[in-house]
Amino acid sequence: MPKTYSQINQKIAMGEVVVVTAEEMIEIVKTKGVKKASREVDVVTTGTFGPMCSSGVFLNLGHSKPRIKFRKVWLNNVPAYTGLAAVDVYLGATELSEDDPENKVFPGEFRYGGGHVIEDLVAGRPVKLKGLAYGTNCYPNREIEKTITIRDIPQAILTNPRNAYQNYNVAVNKSDRVIYTYMGILQPRMGNANYCSAGQLSPLLNDPLYRTIGVGTRIFLGGAQGYVWGAGTQHNPDVPRDKNGLPRAPAGTLAVTGNLKEMSLEWIRGASFTGYGVTLTLGIGVAIPILDEKMAEYTAVSDEDIHAQVVDYSKDYPQGKDKILGTVNYHELREGKITIEGKEIPAGGLSSYARARDIADILKQWIEKGEFLLSEPVAFLPGAER
Amino acid sequence: MTKKRLVLRFPPELVEQPITYQLIRDYDLMINILQATVTPREEGRLVVEISGERKALEKGLNYLSQLGVGMQPLAQDVLWHQDKCIHCTACIPLCPAGAFVLDREKHLISFEKERCIACGLCVRACPYKAIEILF
Ligand code: SF4
Ligand code: SF4
Repeated sequence: MPKTYSQINQKIAMGEVVVVTAEEMIEIVKTKGVKKASREVDVVTTGTFGPMCSSGVFLNLGHSKPRIKFRKVWLNNVPAYTGLAAVDVYLGATELSEDDPENKVFPGEFRYGGGHVIEDLVAGRPVKLKGLAYGTNCYPNREIEKTITIRDIPQAILTNPRNAYQNYNVAVNKSDRVIYTYMGILQPRMGNANYCSAGQLSPLLNDPLYRTIGVGTRIFLGGAQGYVWGAGTQHNPDVPRDKNGLPRAPAGTLAVTGNLKEMSLEWIRGASFTGYGVTLTLGIGVAIPILDEKMAEYTAVSDEDIHAQVVDYSKDYPQGKDKILGTVNYHELREGKITIEGKEIPAGGLSSYARARDIADILKQWIEKGEFLLSEPVAFLPGAER
Repeated sequence: MTKKRLVLRFPPELVEQPITYQLIRDYDLMINILQATVTPREEGRLVVEISGERKALEKGLNYLSQLGVGMQPLAQDVLWHQDKCIHCTACIPLCPAGAFVLDREKHLISFEKERCIACGLCVRACPYKAIEILF
């Protein structure tokens, strides 16, 4: 008998819900089988904590006296986009501080940018606001300079067009020089390999065909409760898939939003990639309802089942070539060793498995305590299996 | 003013030379000797803190390396800030000394300072500035 969202929510309200993490579900399905597991388990929680570049925050900076309609705005010298209403701005995670030396002395350090401003806001640290305007009859003020904290401004809404990539490339460097990429530092002659996915804990790898994660899905976002508002940019369901629908290449993505004021420093951090730029590292967790046997089967996915493509970031990736050097699974990656073209290569992560696990645990506790209810998607993502 | 803490290794033929004196006189550098040893094979090992104008310091160190003095930053000053570390593991494959160790159960890393040779590779690799090298 399939379950419904409202049946599961009733169980949550009554404190009778059975919630396990995506890691725990692997064992449960292995020992009890899909049928029994789907009857006994109501919800499986997932998590991921890693750099997510397509992130940013809408800020309403509040009206001044006299009023101002911002033309240019900087927060700690990092420019924000002002093409919105008078005191609304959008601050992107990868925007750099105005005086950043970039890659002039290679590789640049990229010490501070949008992701760090977002971190400073979340931490309640003072942030310098500077704004310029041309002045109008209704908004006469032309310049503002003051120090704010997140408590001083009316709204801060994290709104990210692309997060939580479903699977990702494994990056290596086949050239004979060190390269500096958004996948980290890559040593020459395939000296190391970097990957970036929570694998068996990752939200979209536990719902590979988007049967439950859709528009309106309530999620863990940066330590608060947020929502999925759509498929993210570059969402591409049509990639080669293994049995069980698991994508072998970067596939689905999520667009998410949540109240930055409720988020906590532990789950949202500025990040600097040497030679590349700045970004935001963010924690996301999704609770997946075990509506039927299929969902039990999907959520039992383990690192061994999930394959990723190894790509050369010295030539093929920058030139836009689709060449793949090989395929590895997340168990090998997590163990820290892969073999490509006969060579054993040490592997390192960019997303934190330990933190992904913590997020799945927190989400589980929220649901057990009745603090987090599941929401049925109001629309499905492109490529969803029905 | 720039300050550097270094481990200097002098080959036997240089042990008797007044090199530190020259650094002070010709390059206007201040030298604070933190430790000095001569090994059984008569190689000299000096742990020093050298300070002076950045340019002068560069020239002085250049002079030392031309003489054949081995130089290495002081390993004791590599700091791992556990509170900033997110345990991503990006630093592990880069470390030539195996100083970062991963607990496979907990997926948490730890830093074994004794193994670190202060090469500085991990400092650049950590996106959260969790590793700091103080020269
Ligand atoms: S790269 Fe930095 S954050 Fe990642 S494990 Fe190493 S020290 Fe920790
Ligand atoms: S400084 Fe070099 S040896 Fe020391 S921990 Fe970092 S990478 Fe390893």
